[in-house]
Amino acid sequence: MGSFRRDKDEEEDGPTNAYQNLEKTSVLQETRTFNETPVNARKCIHILTKILYLINQGEVLVAREATDCFFAMTKLFQSKDVVLRRMVYLGIKELSSIAEDVIIVTSSLTKDMTGKEDLYRAAAIRALCSITDHTMLQAVERYMKQCIVDKNAAVSCAALVSSLRLASTAGDVVKRWANEAQEAMNSDNIMVQYHALGLLYHIRKSDRLAVSKLVNKLTRGSLKSPYAVCMLIRIACKLIEEEDVPAEELADSPLYSFIESCLRHKSEMVIYEAAHAIVNLKNTNPRMLSPAFSILQLFCGSPKATLRFAAVRTLNKVAMTHPAAVTTCNLDLEGLITDSNRSVATLAITTLLKTGAESSVERLMKQISTFVAEISDEFKVVVVQAICALCAKYPRKHTVLMNFLSGMLREEGGLEYKTSIVDTIITIIEENVDAKESGLSHLCEFIEDCEHVSLAVRILHLLGKEGPFAATPSKYIRFIYNRVILESPIVRAAAVTALAQFGASCPALLANILVLLGRCQMDPDDEVRDRATYYLCILNSAKPELYKNYIIERENCSLALLEKALSDHLNGDLESHFDISIVPKAAIVKPEINNDVMMVTSAPRAPKITREEESAARLAQLPGIQVLGPIHRSTSPIQLTESETEYTVQCIKHIFAQHVVFQFDCLNTLSDQFLENVRVDLTLPEGYTARAVIPCPKLPYNELQTTFVIVEFPPDASSSIATFGATLRFVVKDCDPNTGEPDSEEGYDDEYMLEDLEITVADQIQKTKKNNFQVAWDAADSEEWLQAEDTFVLSAVSNLQDAVNTIIKILGLGAANLSEKVPEGTHLHTVLCSGAFRGGVEVLVRAKLALSEGVTLNLTVRSTDQDVAELITAAIG
Amino acid sequence: MDGFMMDIIKGMCIMDNDGNRILAKYYDKNILSTLKEQKAFEKNLFNKTHRSNTEIIMLDGLTCVYKSNVDLFFYVMGNAYENELILLSVLNCLYDSISLILKKNVEKRLVLENLEIIMLAFDEICDGGIILDADPSSVVKRVDLRNEDIPIAEQTVAQVLQSAREQLKWSILK
Repeated sequence: MGSFRRDKDEEEDGPTNAYQNLEKTSVLQETRTFNETPVNARKCIHILTKILYLINQGEVLVAREATDCFFAMTKLFQSKDVVLRRMVYLGIKELSSIAEDVIIVTSSLTKDMTGKEDLYRAAAIRALCSITDHTMLQAVERYMKQCIVDKNAAVSCAALVSSLRLASTAGDVVKRWANEAQEAMNSDNIMVQYHALGLLYHIRKSDRLAVSKLVNKLTRGSLKSPYAVCMLIRIACKLIEEEDVPAEELADSPLYSFIESCLRHKSEMVIYEAAHAIVNLKNTNPRMLSPAFSILQLFCGSPKATLRFAAVRTLNKVAMTHPAAVTTCNLDLEGLITDSNRSVATLAITTLLKTGAESSVERLMKQISTFVAEISDEFKVVVVQAICALCAKYPRKHTVLMNFLSGMLREEGGLEYKTSIVDTIITIIEENVDAKESGLSHLCEFIEDCEHVSLAVRILHLLGKEGPFAATPSKYIRFIYNRVILESPIVRAAAVTALAQFGASCPALLANILVLLGRCQMDPDDEVRDRATYYLCILNSAKPELYKNYIIERENCSLALLEKALSDHLNGDLESHFDISIVPKAAIVKPEINNDVMMVTSAPRAPKITREEESAARLAQLPGIQVLGPIHRSTSPIQLTESETEYTVQCIKHIFAQHVVFQFDCLNTLSDQFLENVRVDLTLPEGYTARAVIPCPKLPYNELQTTFVIVEFPPDASSSIATFGATLRFVVKDCDPNTGEPDSEEGYDDEYMLEDLEITVADQIQKTKKNNFQVAWDAADSEEWLQAEDTFVLSAVSNLQDAVNTIIKILGLGAANLSEKVPEGTHLHTVLCSGAFRGGVEVLVRAKLALSEGVTLNLTVRSTDQDVAELITAAIG
Repeated sequence: MDGFMMDIIKGMCIMDNDGNRILAKYYDKNILSTLKEQKAFEKNLFNKTHRSNTEIIMLDGLTCVYKSNVDLFFYVMGNAYENELILLSVLNCLYDSISLILKKNVEKRLVLENLEIIMLAFDEICDGGIILDADPSSVVKRVDLRNEDIPIAEQTVAQVLQSAREQLKWSILK
């Protein structure tokens, strides 16, 4: 009755657990017992268990402690007790990463591994591999090969799994064990089969032909392990995706027939894997999909929660790619809405929302409202996200959805949940003009009783931005002023700013606003008073251009870069004034909509940083970069080589006021070459001057390294559009692929042609987004601004939306007032967009488009710089 | 997809009915690598699962299958795209192995009393994320190596009585 065995001291403590209140130092003291002869196995097992328990609870052993403990443990090899020996192996594995000189036990482990005792061998192999490094592997290689083909399944498995572990550090040695792995494939034991397949695939995975041979052979034979079959399905899918076979041929391909046959496997695990694989394949036709969907449909009705979960998760994932097929499962999905497992229920709803037809929206929303109160906040967030996606799909249904959302907004809920609803409503308001009024009034009601400061502030900001242009702006004033009376200082300050927006944009309300702001000057809080005074002062001046610059269009600088610019300014000579226009504008970052599996997560999201902020940090390390001033814009990376060539290079252009810094990220994919002094040679077009080349001193195999070239723009903007020839130059040294060490000191020069680089207009322009384009446009009709105008016929495009997209892409501007979206069925459209050219030159563009045979475009550009205005008109032609 | 396609298990864990960790192993360096993250995740996981016995949950981008008995909770974690049925098979193996080791008395006291064997079972089921064995009987055969006949002098009174009772029971059943 071994399970009832207890230790003596434990008995005294009564039934409480022996592992409570363990003290690390005292337990480590106890390791002295290990030195006693003969070894008291049971006592030592207990002490070892306590040590492992402590480590598992998160107790950290420093190197000294771990090493002492490790060496004490080595004494225990004297004992013949099986459990003790196995615990020692566990201890070795746990401590091997912390303790020093762990290789001391190699010989003991090798002895156990090759010995007669089967109970030792398998575990000894795994322990040995945890302490083995590249150099020692040669010594045990022979034994490993023997163990892989050992008759004992446990030994064989242990050897195969350990080989897989070693493959990441010593791939070349493990490669030599392919024959043994191949032999192990023929084993009768299912786990040996599985692990052998894993190792064989790993060894051959870079050789497509070999993998395809392996798969073809195995698909014909019968693998017994369901795990191995699952893995084979995954490999087969990978091959199919890589070959990109069209649907008609795919149906007849042996790989596909294999996956299809797995739908009739006896193990549910394999059936599901196959169904999952088929619905996720790229090129399929309805006939191929239908059996897989039938399986998933069947699983939806299973009594096992895991099966239902698996099925509905898969359906959710492919809801966008195969909406028609998923719709056939709608009845089953509706049954799952009330599932006792909330993950299943939520996935079912979101799937239904994704595939739902416009006509069924009302019915679905009614169904959701019956249980929405019962589910947890995280799931509610998922539901809200699904509703958001639905709004984008069926803009006409906004009333139903908006009412539903505002209902949810009134219910109890945490900040995250409320934020997601407010986000959704704001998105709807921004994308759908018809929904604006009702959305704003829902939000107004919400802030009347809102405990979350951050949300109140956001909504007030939105009201200030959108409210003045609503049909009756006056009705929002009451809501906003209520905040001034009732809320905390932060909200009051935001409310004051919102009031000022109304004052600036609605002349009719100005007098009333001035009175309200006057009252705010009595506020007990400094910030609120300051803001009120500031806005009163501007509004009293009655100068529209002041309104525009200081109330309506507040500078939207990237805060991180503004901070940097200010600290640079303070460190420099304080003679000159600080110029805010040189700080790059915060790029408009669109949040990525996660259409993938709707993940339920409580982890905080990483703050978004723009590309400019990221590269500013990186470029700051370059010597002499400060001279160039603050960065204006960074482009997204462009590949200058085909992928899978000897060397791959990608380029990012960092645009400064007068300079461009080319950043080349280079990767050397040849394991037998070591490159030095890597640099890119540019053929400069006329007008450009090279300033500096910063080579990359060493480029070892498979490491991403960077080299820079700094070039000055030509003085006139009009000749800045140019093409650069590029060549990669470097010194090659042959090296040993295993160690990466160069064979000799001597190298030879070599070069590699790269694709040409271009600097376009869009590269030099940072998008800006004007809240009120018309005000800015009218204000630009003055002396300092220059205008260029031209008319073109765009023959390459056939509809207005394409034309708009092309213009915005070529110019790299940000569109205002949703003008980038062309309403359907119209022949005339006007795009309004704006941006900042490098050096802080503002650019406003109005493009009128008319659709006739082709698209006729009338482009008006207003800018403070003549060259820039002309450059932009020229860019379209 | 993972480079090896073999690193299926991201973590295994046993907790007691207060949500305290009894044993936990996380196999992926990139997932829950610090103790703080692990504890936070376990707390969250326990809060979400201890009341509803519904087998599976998606949490922080991990698919977790679970099972509870008396005062213990067993969890197996894989990534969000993993085949849930594979994870379930590993969970079942973990649970059944422990049940065999403890002769069907799966409860906290006995798990702690036999912790060394449970630790060995953990190690035999999953090696660094790779499923090593998923058959409970073969796992138990490899780990339950305790010498059944403990010298009578070292047995406690309770154990002697227990074994006497068992023998009596068997003799009556025969």
